[in-house]
Amino acid sequence: MKWRVLLVGLTVLFLSLFLLVPLAAILVEALRKGAGAYVRALLDPDAMVAIRLTLLCASIAVVASVIFGICAAWAVTRFRFPGKSLLLTFIDLPFAVSPVVAGLLMVLVFGGQGWLGPLHLGVLFATPGIILATIFVSFPFVARELIPLMQEQGTEEEEAALLLGASGWQTFVRITLPKIKWGLLYGVILANARAMGEFGAVSVVSGHIRGRTNTIPLHVEILYNEYNFVAAFAVASLLALLALATLGAKALLEWKLRRDAEAAQREAGA
Amino acid sequence: MSIEVRGVSKSFGKFAALRDVNLKVAPGELVALLGPSGSGKTTLLRIIAGLEFADDAGGGPVAPAGAPRVGFVFQHYALFRHMTVFENIAFGLRVRPKATRPSDAKIRERVLELLRLIQLDSLAGRYPSQLSGGQRQRVALARALAIEPEVLLLDEPFGALDAKVRQGLRRWLRKLHDEIHMTTILVTHDQDEALEVADRIVVMNQGRIEQVGTPEEVFHRPANEFVMDFLGSVNLFHARAEGGQERRVFVRPHDMEIGHQAQSDSSVRAVVKRIHAAGPMVKVELESEIGETLQVEMPHERYGVLGLKVGADVYVSPRESKVFFEDYSI
Amino acid sequence: MARGNKNATIIPGFGLTLGVTVAWLSALVLVPLVLLFVRTTALSWPKFVEIVTDERAVASYKLTLGCALAAASLNAVMGSIIAWTLVRVEFPGRRLLDAVVDLPFALPTAVSGIALTAVYSRNGWIGQALGFPVAFTPLGIMVALTFIGLPFVVRTLQPAIEDLDPGVEEAAGILGASRMQTFFRVIAPALLPSLITGFALAFSRALGEYGSVIFISGNMPLRTEITPLLIVTKLEQFDYAGATALGAVQLTASFLMLFSINLVQWWTARKTGVR
Repeated sequence: MKWRVLLVGLTVLFLSLFLLVPLAAILVEALRKGAGAYVRALLDPDAMVAIRLTLLCASIAVVASVIFGICAAWAVTRFRFPGKSLLLTFIDLPFAVSPVVAGLLMVLVFGGQGWLGPLHLGVLFATPGIILATIFVSFPFVARELIPLMQEQGTEEEEAALLLGASGWQTFVRITLPKIKWGLLYGVILANARAMGEFGAVSVVSGHIRGRTNTIPLHVEILYNEYNFVAAFAVASLLALLALATLGAKALLEWKLRRDAEAAQREAGA
Repeated sequence: MSIEVRGVSKSFGKFAALRDVNLKVAPGELVALLGPSGSGKTTLLRIIAGLEFADDAGGGPVAPAGAPRVGFVFQHYALFRHMTVFENIAFGLRVRPKATRPSDAKIRERVLELLRLIQLDSLAGRYPSQLSGGQRQRVALARALAIEPEVLLLDEPFGALDAKVRQGLRRWLRKLHDEIHMTTILVTHDQDEALEVADRIVVMNQGRIEQVGTPEEVFHRPANEFVMDFLGSVNLFHARAEGGQERRVFVRPHDMEIGHQAQSDSSVRAVVKRIHAAGPMVKVELESEIGETLQVEMPHERYGVLGLKVGADVYVSPRESKVFFEDYSI
Repeated sequence: MARGNKNATIIPGFGLTLGVTVAWLSALVLVPLVLLFVRTTALSWPKFVEIVTDERAVASYKLTLGCALAAASLNAVMGSIIAWTLVRVEFPGRRLLDAVVDLPFALPTAVSGIALTAVYSRNGWIGQALGFPVAFTPLGIMVALTFIGLPFVVRTLQPAIEDLDPGVEEAAGILGASRMQTFFRVIAPALLPSLITGFALAFSRALGEYGSVIFISGNMPLRTEITPLLIVTKLEQFDYAGATALGAVQLTASFLMLFSINLVQWWTARKTGVR
């Protein structure tokens, strides 16, 4: 009994000090000067531009993550080929690399003295660069969710569909997609959270042109560095709400995925 | 439609799953591929289905590989878990190209007819997770039959079911085959299943075919030690032949006779160790003079006449034995 | 699908999906990484050494490594306690706390950064209570790195704790082992590989972390300037050679961590014979 109280106490204390109190602080700081100031900060034209740019980047990055994730998971879980584990390592690489280095890589490829620099593609310090950096940091999420899921589900249902005369596309849409939909959505939610919130990589490539190449996190940074704390926290609270929504959706999907896995297990065991 | 497999080999990495296999199945025949796990029987079936390809195409293509009209039933059913029983069975018709796709009414008619065939007409709206194992396997069979296959391939179809359900389905399958006469290949590791259902049995071991024959042939005239051993329990004697060299003699438990006196010079003295009298046959376990364990099976009447007790000294004589001259090992 | 290919199956899409995957990884990951190292080798050796052993750079390594190590260690201890509590102890609000553990994954790093700064600065809610400065000192960096590293340890340990067979603990108890003996002889060895993996993941993430640190660290050269920040500073001064060289160092550290994590997992898989 004493042990339990101690364990729970330590857990609650630590999670409060490091997670809950900072989270609460965002909302409190954002509303420090009342609802009016809060709304004004969000309706500021620069903030609106940042929100629009973030939504654009995130939606492109999510689509990219889905396309890559499905292709990579299909290739890895459906076929045997040499170099598979190397490929898996490369898929994980963007998570191991510092976001700053990710940005640096973009600069090296597209920058003035970069590899593709002479082409003057207008990627760096512009929207395309931000999109690319966002894709870089978020593309593995869907693949990482789908690979273990599809590995576990096996290929028998797909084989059955193909033998019944379905085409590859029909098999994917009618058989595979319904089986992986929750895992796919889970990956999308994680990729979206990372894409909307990415700071380091985007910061390096954006050039911080206010009202043009600022995403929401970059806008937060600028407001904060100008000591406009209320506005900074107001805009940040948008991202905090996104994070809470992400956590909620994540918990719900984990429950659904677990239920599906249990059902599949029961089925196999029957 | 007939099936012919010529010179098929297949390896996974260093493991040789099939080594130069040749097989012919006549139209309308029900053939069982029988063997222990790892014998290559499932691999052979998957190659025939076109699910996998043989290592070298040199031996000529496997008919009817890749042809669309193959009905395949998986051991673990592989039912589409997000579709109802009805939709599972209708799938093969629904995915046809527009030109050859039957109308919705025709599909419905066909599915209902199949549901009647598998005696599950009342469960059309259920999902696979709401069915028992035996029901699921029947749905899987109906789904395979819906596309009117020329060949039906069954991969351990009853392997995941319990003994009772298995027996029922086995008989049902044989009856179904007698009605529709479709060329059928059944993979199984259960010798009773193969002996009861198949027209012919293909005994496989370590990627090779050991023997092909009717159930009577493989059971009563096994080609080698492996087939003899795999198709039921067997007693092994080390006998000395005239030339003085040692021979391995095989006798099935029901081909042994127990008596209180020696009946011939091949009789062996043994002590009764254990008696299992529950079941259709009485199983007696004995230990011979030189310490070999022997199994003997006899009808209850004979057991009653003999009045055997544990510890009794008796003589065991083989009625029919097999000696294999060719050494089986690889 | 080519006949005679050993891997050939009826399942279509091999060429398409693998093609997309490989092309994608090459364009986005492989080529830029190779480019970084090519750029680095374009520097003369003495120049490279000069950049990476510069006083400011070395100070940033020490700070980054030290804070990352301290944060990962704190996470290893607290993460174990939290993971154990969340799996094994029933208490009201457990599910909520369990979901909250992922907050550092979900919250954008810049937002975490300003939130932690607000709370741990001299007049922040917790900073006030502590009586010694946290924000704008190495301690502040440690707080930020602890924040972002915590879920790695907890989420790696939880499945391992769930997999522990209570029967083994009971058996140990029946065999006369004391609580401490049971813990150190039976439980700790079973959890160690996961703990090491979680620690390494948290450490690796901390080495490269940028957004949540730069607000709370104060960014004073030689004192509270982390390596990723130094790279950004060099980029902003258009010192591409310097940024590239430091980027190569940073990347090498990431690769070493990735390699050792894989090694731990391979070693565990071999030892337990599963997964």
